[in-house]
Amino acid sequence: MSTYTSATDADRRAMLDEIGAMSIEQLFADIPGALRLDRPLALPAGMAEQEVYEHLKELAARNVSAEDEVSFLGAGMYDHYVPSLVDTLLSRSEFLTPYTPYQPEISQGGLQVMFEYQTAISELTGLPVSNASVYEGPSAVGAAAYLAKLANGRPRVLASRGVHPHSRETLTTLARGYGQTVEELPLAGGATDLDALVAALGDDVSAVVLQQPNFLGTVEDVAALTAAAKAVGAVVICACDPIPLGILEPPGAQGVDICVGEGQTLGNRLDYGGPSFGFFAASQEHLRRMPGRIAGQTVDVDSKRGYVLTLQTREQHIRREKATSNICTAQALNALAGVVYLGWLGRQGLVELGELLLRRTAYARETLCALDGVEPLHEQPVVREFALRLPGVDVDAVVERLAAEGINAGYRLGRTYPEYADGLLVALTERRTRAQIDRFGEALGSALAAERGAAPAGVGA
Amino acid sequence: MSATAPRPAASAPGAGGSAISAADDTLTIYERSQPGRRAFVAPVLDVPERPLDELLPARFQRTRAAQLPEVSEPELIRHYHRLSKRNFDLDTGFYPLGSCTMKHNPKLHERVAALPGNARLHPLQDVKRAQGALELMWNLQESLGEIAGLPHVSLQPSAGSHGELAGVLLTRAYHEDRGEHRTKVLTPDTAHGTNPATVTMAGYEVVKVGTNADGGVDVDDLRAKADEQVACLMLTNPSTLGLFDPNIAEIAEIVHGVGATLYYDGANLNAIMGITRPGDMGFDIVHFNLHKSFTQPHGGGGPGAGPIAVSERIEPYLPRPQVVRRDGASGGPEFDLDEDRPKSIGKLRGFQGNYGVFVRSYAYIRSLGSEGLREASEVAVLNANYLLALLKREGIAEYLPVAYDRVCMHEFVLSGAPMKRELGIRTLDLAKRLLDFGVHPPTVYFPLLVDEALLIEPTETETKETLDRFAEIVAAILREAVDDPEIARNAPYSTPVRRLDEARAAKTPVLRQPL
Repeated sequence: MSTYTSATDADRRAMLDEIGAMSIEQLFADIPGALRLDRPLALPAGMAEQEVYEHLKELAARNVSAEDEVSFLGAGMYDHYVPSLVDTLLSRSEFLTPYTPYQPEISQGGLQVMFEYQTAISELTGLPVSNASVYEGPSAVGAAAYLAKLANGRPRVLASRGVHPHSRETLTTLARGYGQTVEELPLAGGATDLDALVAALGDDVSAVVLQQPNFLGTVEDVAALTAAAKAVGAVVICACDPIPLGILEPPGAQGVDICVGEGQTLGNRLDYGGPSFGFFAASQEHLRRMPGRIAGQTVDVDSKRGYVLTLQTREQHIRREKATSNICTAQALNALAGVVYLGWLGRQGLVELGELLLRRTAYARETLCALDGVEPLHEQPVVREFALRLPGVDVDAVVERLAAEGINAGYRLGRTYPEYADGLLVALTERRTRAQIDRFGEALGSALAAERGAAPAGVGA
Repeated sequence: MSATAPRPAASAPGAGGSAISAADDTLTIYERSQPGRRAFVAPVLDVPERPLDELLPARFQRTRAAQLPEVSEPELIRHYHRLSKRNFDLDTGFYPLGSCTMKHNPKLHERVAALPGNARLHPLQDVKRAQGALELMWNLQESLGEIAGLPHVSLQPSAGSHGELAGVLLTRAYHEDRGEHRTKVLTPDTAHGTNPATVTMAGYEVVKVGTNADGGVDVDDLRAKADEQVACLMLTNPSTLGLFDPNIAEIAEIVHGVGATLYYDGANLNAIMGITRPGDMGFDIVHFNLHKSFTQPHGGGGPGAGPIAVSERIEPYLPRPQVVRRDGASGGPEFDLDEDRPKSIGKLRGFQGNYGVFVRSYAYIRSLGSEGLREASEVAVLNANYLLALLKREGIAEYLPVAYDRVCMHEFVLSGAPMKRELGIRTLDLAKRLLDFGVHPPTVYFPLLVDEALLIEPTETETKETLDRFAEIVAAILREAVDDPEIARNAPYSTPVRRLDEARAAKTPVLRQPL
């Protein structure tokens, strides 16, 4: 057992003498006897470091990770390669262990990282102001809708059914607190239905929420949707996967007011869903309603350039109940991974990565859709992810057969979209080679044939 | 950390030394960029090179590339390595930042979090193939529930503030399920700023409750304000003054008497692990800060995690999904993610929460075990009382008296008001002068109800010698100020930059590099 403490018996005696107490027990005298725990906590006894390591290693070995299989699973988090230099830099205790930079004189490293990160996010999204990051993607969508409420006070939020199901559900949870209702906009042919949006719009709509590319992989016509929403003065929120933004027109250039998203794809591990970071960028007019930390450039008393946390009058520790958000922290370490990763890719690399994904995804889509028993779920343009249908078979059983071959076939859309019960969402990263795609195609073909042969009538209906 | 520090008379260089390297130190990555440089080498294109316009309509294509930096790998490493040296950190020195529990971050935790079975596990992996992760989460839930004295845990919230929001939304769901519509939430005037901010976001009105002469909740004020419109009282115990409120049972009775819930802000849990439990005090909902008591490194401001534990009556409303344990077909336990929770408040974020944080906190709990957790709290309280005793000595106490002269828990509050009056230096000046001695200052100007406050939390992982030296440094700064208050007023002298113009930063915001 370790407690990472150093108080010896001699220390304890000397310290208690200085305090003027007889025992440590006496220091807890304010806690009424009836409230004391009169037994040890019912937890296992402590262990030595190597024993804890073995236990954790044994648990981790019972997971099948992207290290163990060829994975086409995405749906919000993606198995991109994380370059070694990210690990090296994040393990430096100067980045790993400090608190929020409340003392800027001894936190210039972290503050400058935030400033550089904000610059990168602003460039990616085409919006002038970014904060220093928020928790993660779906809650960033909820935070954006709260900003819209602060901006216009209107009661309705319209969210496309192409927005990640977790984002929509998070939005609904949070909106119930701050008093907005969330309505869903249907998809038509895999993309947000513009006519349905126009029909639903009115001057009581606070915000319209889109996702680019949407959950089914579709590149949405963000400019057209945004123009319609802004005609009634709604705030347009677009959740983005940052990697495709290397080749897609940035939301800011299409009139979007707030661009948020899940930052995991930028140099962060999968980590079974977190920690990662959410990014949050907005147009200038919303700057003083932004949630979270923002770093700003200034000078010190010697006129040297430096950085501080700024615009803090928005924040909870100053404004308390009048704050623009209750958020108290950024995801500084994860955002550092993001900005280091973007620096590693560089101006050309981000474009090259996007183009590579575009071409490999097109190849994968054609390869799989050419198989007997596979149909495209939609024909829309895609960058890194696409949706298929496997009509007439039990998708779960097909996915299981592929898992037995060491291939993770993707996300079963029936988990969250009952209307696509036979749907499969397939994702690519730069780690998925043509050879792996070909192997996936062969295995899927065999699995479908086997499943059709094995399936009694009616299965999969 | 020594009891001497650079004086203004001495040369006061930046961290760099010569003017050339000092200027170089402050370049941004964008200012180091040169067209054509790169670190990334794209994987070979092994599929047909189809024209882009065939795959993506031209109107969707980006016309101006994002102006990311163009640098080589060595330059990239050197840049961020250099920046790291402009940060103070926990492995460098003492960090007595009250309310933040800056305890040692064990290095084992980074190793186990990085195991590929954790680091490369996809959050939507079939639960059959994520049994190790789910068992870890289950075990952590059980442990946190035992520590809190409340049976049901959700690991989902991403931070303390997020846990608070979960707690207030749970309260709303609980009342609405009973057909009650309440409008107010009570918070003490000593509360963390996140408490009132959360209340507003959750759609309630904040009503403040006063503090009595002993630093506890003013029970009469509470009784006067507790009515049928009150949904919840949010409380930290020990409070942000570092004091345990002995009236907690009566407070719980008043709150429950009007049908409200009692919420525990777990920021100060480090004082009481294994000694007393929020559930036994009558709390309905507790949040934990895994980055405080449970050693997740703070990362320069995130990530953290803010799991919640709740009582039986709140359980139906917990966020989706919940990790559950069932008896498996083979006789052993099987773990699952339960999405089928009809009364749930829903999701607070994507996926299952900050799993990488759970791994670290679970490793910590398994390292310490039952006895170790109790010992950690005991030593945290011993260290705080010892440091308080040292700071009550002559030469310090007349300038920095303790705000509430009682036995403290894991932290305590001093007031710099006499120092300001007698010596003409403010708490801020003392904090800035501490930087020259290689110490991170305490939390300053919080809690709000103590004038010129310093909130000091040494944690259990500091040695007696470190505490002795800190007291010596404070005494030295005060002695120095008796002679010449200008020294503290103009501090620091030894840091990469000195006092920064925050007003200018807010008035004319420069929030990104112009490119």
